[in-house]
Amino acid sequence: MAKYTEDDLKVELETKEYEYGFYTELESETFPIGLNEDIVRAISQKKGEPQWMTDWRIEAFRAWQEMTEPEWANVHYEKPDFQAISYYSAPKKADPSKSLDDVDPELLAMYKKLGISIDEQKKMNNIAMDIVVDSVSVATTFKKTLAEKGIIFMSISEAIKEHPDLVQKYLGTVVPQKDNFYAALNSAVFSDGSFCYIPKGVRCPMELSTYFRINQAGTGQFERTLVIADEGSYVSYLEGCTAPSRDENQLHAAVVELIALDDAEIKYSTVQNWYPGNKEGKGGVYNFVTKRGLCEKNAKISWTQVETGSAVTWKYPSCVLKGDNSIGEFYSIAVTNNFQQADTGTKMIHLGKNTKSTIISKGISAGKSQNSYRGLVQIGARAENARNFSQCDSLLMGNNCGAHTFPYIESKNTTAKIEHEATTSKIGEDQVFYCNQRGIPTEKAIALIVNGFSKDVLNKLPMEFAVEAQKLLEISLEGSVG
Amino acid sequence: MLKISNLHASVEDKDILKGINLEIKAGEVHAIMGPNGAGKSTLSSIIAGNENYEVSEGEILLEGEDISELAPEERAHKGVFLSFQYPVEIPGVSVTNFIKTAINEKRKANNQEEMPANEMLKLIREKSELLEMDRKFLSRSLNEGFSGGEKKRNEIFQMAMLEPKLAILDETDSGLDIDALRIVANGVNKLKNENNAVLVITHYQRLLDYIVPDFVHVLMDGKIVKTGGADLALELEEKGYDWIKQEQEV
Repeated sequence: MAKYTEDDLKVELETKEYEYGFYTELESETFPIGLNEDIVRAISQKKGEPQWMTDWRIEAFRAWQEMTEPEWANVHYEKPDFQAISYYSAPKKADPSKSLDDVDPELLAMYKKLGISIDEQKKMNNIAMDIVVDSVSVATTFKKTLAEKGIIFMSISEAIKEHPDLVQKYLGTVVPQKDNFYAALNSAVFSDGSFCYIPKGVRCPMELSTYFRINQAGTGQFERTLVIADEGSYVSYLEGCTAPSRDENQLHAAVVELIALDDAEIKYSTVQNWYPGNKEGKGGVYNFVTKRGLCEKNAKISWTQVETGSAVTWKYPSCVLKGDNSIGEFYSIAVTNNFQQADTGTKMIHLGKNTKSTIISKGISAGKSQNSYRGLVQIGARAENARNFSQCDSLLMGNNCGAHTFPYIESKNTTAKIEHEATTSKIGEDQVFYCNQRGIPTEKAIALIVNGFSKDVLNKLPMEFAVEAQKLLEISLEGSVG
Repeated sequence: MLKISNLHASVEDKDILKGINLEIKAGEVHAIMGPNGAGKSTLSSIIAGNENYEVSEGEILLEGEDISELAPEERAHKGVFLSFQYPVEIPGVSVTNFIKTAINEKRKANNQEEMPANEMLKLIREKSELLEMDRKFLSRSLNEGFSGGEKKRNEIFQMAMLEPKLAILDETDSGLDIDALRIVANGVNKLKNENNAVLVITHYQRLLDYIVPDFVHVLMDGKIVKTGGADLALELEEKGYDWIKQEQEV
């Protein structure tokens, strides 16, 4: 009888496979590799954008050229060669203005494989969906139902044409073009993404969802999401991501901007499952994302994320609590396995009075991965009675992975109350044996323990998503794909 | 039910069991007593399949089948249950969710469908009443913040739910006050029938007032040195273990 050791546990954890690693033969139009002002102009032209948009991109591009890649994150990787990437790739037959019946059957087959059946989606789930493949939005469902309430939900390319006033007013107000290296790059070359506007006092009757898929090789995905919740409105927004398994690294640099006006609430949930690379750490997506929300008076923004994919993740969904009594929340589960690296967390910027923020971060590391939480809680001088509670828990599996916590606290107001709790634990052999003794096999036992560990965050996800996320956690950490 | 022959086992090259022979028939209750360090808990861990121990010799038969090479969960599926001396905590996993998972894994292994939710609910209600457990208890995280008594009661609750063929109670009486002891013992007695068997591992005679054994074995230095009826437990309580040691040496 062999002794069950940490090593066995490790081996079991490492044998997971990536379920979404297929590539679909789609006829695509892909730009030549490389980036210069002409490419930026060409993207803008291709999309038939107005002059102000082209100028905005060029401004961002010029700023980007002057910037250098950030190096402060606790991640190590070979820097992408920005001249070796193609900045625009679109499935040829995708045209969002057409109805779903006109969608390329190959595309439909791909969605099916991904577990997204648009037909079913139409009938059963109360979820409106925008699907982005490579660079363009290919299908938006439920448009009509939403339009009746005055809700605008479409690709950002369409929005630039159909609602230029809204886009021009808000684009770049939360994440300015020059915010950081990747945000600048995104501003210059973003190809598509989702746009959403909820009118005053409207409660969006269904979950809005965007599904991102990188398909083409050698392309980067730079999507831009802009969500505006007007006064007193509410919306819950979901985002899912997958990519084919490839040997080379693919770059994903998105920007998400949320604007919650007075008394509005936005709930933004992400299940990120980009290809993490193989067991030797080859390939995988570089996920360098800037997500930020702005809260006006009495507004609330909740970020919930389940991060299981990507070779390297660099991501800090943040809240600027500008209005008095506004609330920011960040709930995160980040799983890293094999050679994955994640440096993720949040920034809560308290500017208004009586602002409140909650941070719950659960990091799970296995294999040889490195998992870092990095968070900033900043209390401004006029943020009387600001409150923050942060809890960062790490769960380790095996002896070759790492968990790191980098909390930063800056307070300029003495009335602030800031609490920070942190724990680190390890899945014990005794826990696994206990489950085994009750008839629960090791893989299932680990899934159970991990789900228990992540429960506080899983509970924050919308129902349908929570089930998917739980499955994803299992796949990410179990020996075989269940 | 259970037949152990010439079992030798070690941990980190230290011999702990040095030739155990034990036979338990269906419908019987056996008790193993002995001083600290005699190997009592090692024996229970090995029957359950804990792989931290190296079995160098001997076999363990459950209903005639050698289970000594089986994984712990496979033994559990065949009806081995161990009530742990120190049950572990699993934060965020409720008592209900845990037992539901355990039952369905066992059913899956035996090619049965998952237990329907209403049946599960009924069973949980019935068994939690048997152990006089508060309903709120069932939604708490497994063993997290449980008192010693609650942990043991939860072990026996799981046993009641899983209906094992062979239940091993490892120091189930430790950490129990007299009321909890009575409830736990009462639960075990109600679950006992002619088709299953119970192996009680204990330090003290106290538990055996409630769960009356058919046989009492004395385990010392890795071997069973004496076997008797329920009276032997009383004698041990009164005289300690030294006299047996002396008897051995003679």
